[in-house]
Amino acid sequence: MKKPFSISRRTLLKATGAAALGLIPVSPLLVRAAGKTHPKALQAKSWAMVINAKLCPPGCRICSEACHKAHNVPVMPDPRQDVKWIWQESYNASFPYESHPYPDDANAKRTYPLLCNHCENPSCVRVCPTQATFQRADGVVMMDYHRCIGCRFCMAACPYGARSFNFKDPRPHIRQINPTYPTRTTGVVEKCNFCDERLGIGQLPICVEACPAKAILFGDLSDPASPVRQALAANVTLQRKTKLGTRPKVFYIV
Amino acid sequence: MLEHAWNDTGPRFKAWLAALLLLMGIGGFCYTIQLGTGLGVTGMSRDVSWGLYIGQFTFFVGVAASAVMVVLPYYLHDVKVFGRITIVGKSLAVTAVIMCILFIVVDLGMPSRLLNIMLYPSPGSVLFWDMIVLNGYFFLNLVTGWKILEAEYTGIKAPDWVKPLVYIAIPWAFSIHTVTAFIYSGIPGRDFWLTALTAPKFLASAFATGPALLILISLALRRFTGFDAGQEAIRRLSIIVTYAMSITVFMILAEFFTAFYSQVPGHMYALKYFFTGLYGANSFVLISWVFAGLCLLALILLLNPATRRDEKWLTVACASTFVALAIEKGISFTVGGFITNPFGRVTEYWPTGIEFGVVVGIWALGAFLLSLLFSLFVTVKRRSERGLV
Repeated sequence: MKKPFSISRRTLLKATGAAALGLIPVSPLLVRAAGKTHPKALQAKSWAMVINAKLCPPGCRICSEACHKAHNVPVMPDPRQDVKWIWQESYNASFPYESHPYPDDANAKRTYPLLCNHCENPSCVRVCPTQATFQRADGVVMMDYHRCIGCRFCMAACPYGARSFNFKDPRPHIRQINPTYPTRTTGVVEKCNFCDERLGIGQLPICVEACPAKAILFGDLSDPASPVRQALAANVTLQRKTKLGTRPKVFYIV
Repeated sequence: MLEHAWNDTGPRFKAWLAALLLLMGIGGFCYTIQLGTGLGVTGMSRDVSWGLYIGQFTFFVGVAASAVMVVLPYYLHDVKVFGRITIVGKSLAVTAVIMCILFIVVDLGMPSRLLNIMLYPSPGSVLFWDMIVLNGYFFLNLVTGWKILEAEYTGIKAPDWVKPLVYIAIPWAFSIHTVTAFIYSGIPGRDFWLTALTAPKFLASAFATGPALLILISLALRRFTGFDAGQEAIRRLSIIVTYAMSITVFMILAEFFTAFYSQVPGHMYALKYFFTGLYGANSFVLISWVFAGLCLLALILLLNPATRRDEKWLTVACASTFVALAIEKGISFTVGGFITNPFGRVTEYWPTGIEFGVVVGIWALGAFLLSLLFSLFVTVKRRSERGLV
């Protein structure tokens, strides 16, 4: 007779093997959870991004689609309560105080990819009452979805509209769930994480990789040889709302 | 002593409590819907991410702080006529803080994680300090109010340690509304909030709202319970309301000057949105003009000594003051910060039925607690005055 809760050795081995196989896709996360650095991890003193908007075809959404797919970002039925990590806006909407009604023809048509600026002096981090949003030593502004209480102080504090709140359960609205990245629950805030999960295993952010025009550059702002510093040295660039003192680390070639 | 809140009360009082319980039930029901689906059932959005709940929280912090307008003259300036009314003020403070905490809780996306504020203390966050000062204020008023009432009940002088707590509660009252104002006035990119005038304006409007409410409550208590706060106390309170309301309106007009004389767009947007509508968005125009009209009415009635001294007109003036500032601080101020959004556009906000239901429930809970507290001290005062101690 079968004992309650008994399990044969064969079943146990099979189950253990299956569980171990199941861990392969999330192994980078396990390496991080164990507090070890992946041998190929990309490191910097201050991660930054330069977007050459001149190379962005108007209305192109390839970077957004790749990012939202990789990070399980839902498309919520009510656009007023949508979740966005990287999205497109017009020139005037991207630079509301630095633009005028008569932009050049190219800029009049162009759309700019907008995302979290990973500010050097982030007001969202300052106001968070639980340190659920925090700044890493390499400058990436991160979200801890498990600590966030959903007070939305950070959303009021962000001058860039880069933060999204899960007003309703996002899971039914994710087109295809990517099992290697967590989904979020109702009631927490989320935003772009500069692909920390990819940097940790030696890969560039997915928007950088996905862009067919190579319009997005990524690198260490403190390293004069990095692609971002070279692009900054060679081009006139803009940041969004510099007047506010947040010191954004996403730059735009316009 | 607690039993006196319930004993010796008539059927009319019990029916009143039952009605409030019903409203609390409706609020609770609405909240369960919100808890099940998420804050998506409210009118809030990515662009207007705070609404009626945070507005109501802000407004009731003001009501709580305003108790100091009777406590301070009584203890620091020996204004003896406020003796009977200080306990009303303290009850109002305790109740208002409970309502504030509830308004914060219903606004949270993850209320089950509320204690994270204490588990991961973040001294850089104004919200963390708000939690500290609100809790401190709650206990200061609860303990001192209770001990003073108990002293009256037993006829034995309150212990010596109560006195320093009474004095600490005075500056503490200013701190709760200042810290609440700093939630708004310290963040970049929200031009309407980013003004050093926010904290002083909050205090001034609170010191108009609270005493106006105290006058209305005193008149109601005299009518329904026979507890008389005293003509002189009401007269003095009405003068406080007059000064505070004048200063509040002055500060609001000063905001208009800065915005429209400088012509800096970010400072004009919210004010235009309120009074004329902006880019076709006009859901706040009606209540903004109601606010302006009530402010004007209140000022006329308060500044004119003949109407201020007439109890009927004073009631109208106090009700106008209370409703006007409940509109301004209870919803408009919060929404104004989100006009325009970071991209220069306007997203409209208006609370949903669920939001109104939850707010009504919390108001009913406040009225319920306040009724029991009033019933308690009216009975205690009556007994002590009859020498039944």
